[in-house]
Amino acid sequence: MTCMNSYLSDLVRDLPPSGIRKFFDLVTQTEGVISLGVGEPDYATPWHIREASVYSLEKGYTMYTSNLGLLELREEIAGYQKRKIGVEYCPKDEIIVTIGVSEAVDIALRSLLQPGDEVLIPEPSYVCYAPGTTLANGVPVPVEAYARDEYRLLPELLERKITPRSKVLILAYPNNPTGAIMEEDDLQALVDLIIKHDLLVISDEIYCELTYGKKHTSIASFPGMKDRTIVMNGFSKAYAMTGWRIGYACGNADIIAAMNKVHQYTIMCAPIMAQKAAIEALRHGEFEMRKMVEDYNNRRKLMVNSLRRIGLTCFEPRGAFYCFPSIESSGMNSEEFCERLLTEEKVAVVPGNAFGSNGEGHIRCCYASSINSIEEAIGRMGHFLQRHRKGIGTK
Amino acid sequence: MELKRKILDLIEHDSHISSKTIATMLDEDEDNIRALIKEMEADKTIIGYNTIINWDKVGCDLVTAMIDVKVVPEREVGFNAIAERIYRFPEVRCVYLMSGTYDLSVVVEGTNMKDVARFVSFKLSTLDHVQSTTTHFILKRYKQDQFILEDPDEDKRLVVSP
Repeated sequence: MTCMNSYLSDLVRDLPPSGIRKFFDLVTQTEGVISLGVGEPDYATPWHIREASVYSLEKGYTMYTSNLGLLELREEIAGYQKRKIGVEYCPKDEIIVTIGVSEAVDIALRSLLQPGDEVLIPEPSYVCYAPGTTLANGVPVPVEAYARDEYRLLPELLERKITPRSKVLILAYPNNPTGAIMEEDDLQALVDLIIKHDLLVISDEIYCELTYGKKHTSIASFPGMKDRTIVMNGFSKAYAMTGWRIGYACGNADIIAAMNKVHQYTIMCAPIMAQKAAIEALRHGEFEMRKMVEDYNNRRKLMVNSLRRIGLTCFEPRGAFYCFPSIESSGMNSEEFCERLLTEEKVAVVPGNAFGSNGEGHIRCCYASSINSIEEAIGRMGHFLQRHRKGIGTK
Repeated sequence: MELKRKILDLIEHDSHISSKTIATMLDEDEDNIRALIKEMEADKTIIGYNTIINWDKVGCDLVTAMIDVKVVPEREVGFNAIAERIYRFPEVRCVYLMSGTYDLSVVVEGTNMKDVARFVSFKLSTLDHVQSTTTHFILKRYKQDQFILEDPDEDKRLVVSP
């Protein structure tokens, strides 16, 4: 095969591949793996949502929708946001329906950034923000968050990274991979800084329904923050709808109009059958969603306590469905730990450095898995640690 | 009370779950969980533990019928006395008092249709106060006690994803 790399754009050629992708290839070559490496619910989409979508297909809803999405869905989203975060958005021009939050992040960054503009990204973080910034000709600037602070973003650490080129701050709480949340006081501490430095905020709130014992607060709900925040959300996590690829962004009408320009030339509109399913989810999905959250909460405690029992330091996650324990006691870095755990015990977890260099020394374990799988996987991890604890056994 | 409800929620779906796992999930002491389960077994909050079996898999041809029974209620005891006479038969799996066009719904299990027919003709319909019976044989079970009987879907998720 002829090598065509010289034809590629420098930007894409130089973009590092996702660390998760590399590990995925390794896992798929191993048989009989128990995986705690997934990033999605272990439920199928509730039947009433699937059924609503099937019904819409039977009724012939197979056409384009408005670029912004069905008005009926945007009205439901407006109602949901008002109930959930206490912020009112006009369904006509302050909401856009997208192909998941991933597209919303992409079109927001492309709409906002001038070449060289800096985007502040708390780390560890989900994998798309830094590459998305680079592809939009911006400069990703990691802002470290630490286990000792329960992975909250602290204003003093943020301020150190702010320069005259800083334009956007990404907030993604509840957080993948750490399970951290930002409570009202934590966000209040950032607001003055954001306003003082005239920053915009992309607030990825996809896990907002998955909080345990704490209420989700959006930074958009603080005085002076609605216009400078783009709230992003979707249906993947709360309603187990990852494969439907349906999400949305809410924000100032000028920004949403700009995002819609990019969206209309690239995506046109989100699939109508997914939009119909999303309407059903917002109207009637609360009951099943609450049951799923209660179930995640039980498994969260099972995982945290079991990880601690085998000797790993693990901060208690308050949101999402991940634990992010430290593997320092093994004396290995996170990639080595994950590769050897996979080879020796056939357990897949994700190396923390896949979520930025500040994730090094940690692993991400997902508890959206059966109780049996969690117990078996952590049991095996316990055997692995006994063999490899610093200075003991073979290394 | 709240803790008992949480324990019941967990064991309702999986009576195999260990007290240790329940204790870990609920941040409670294992001995306390064990004691509460024993207490609920003693006061009959937990009545028993069943296993849901797909008998087709082992080639057992069990026949189940749902029988609508119209009865004349007795003075003082209403439907309870006749319900008790019915549920004491070992062939009877369940008895429910119903609203609507009949009074008792009785689920009967036998090894073949003749067994069930014999029970209905000779035992059930001949009881005092039983006015009439309508028998429906179950042709296929699709879902029972929240479990879908066909082989469950395997996990179709990617093994690792962001």
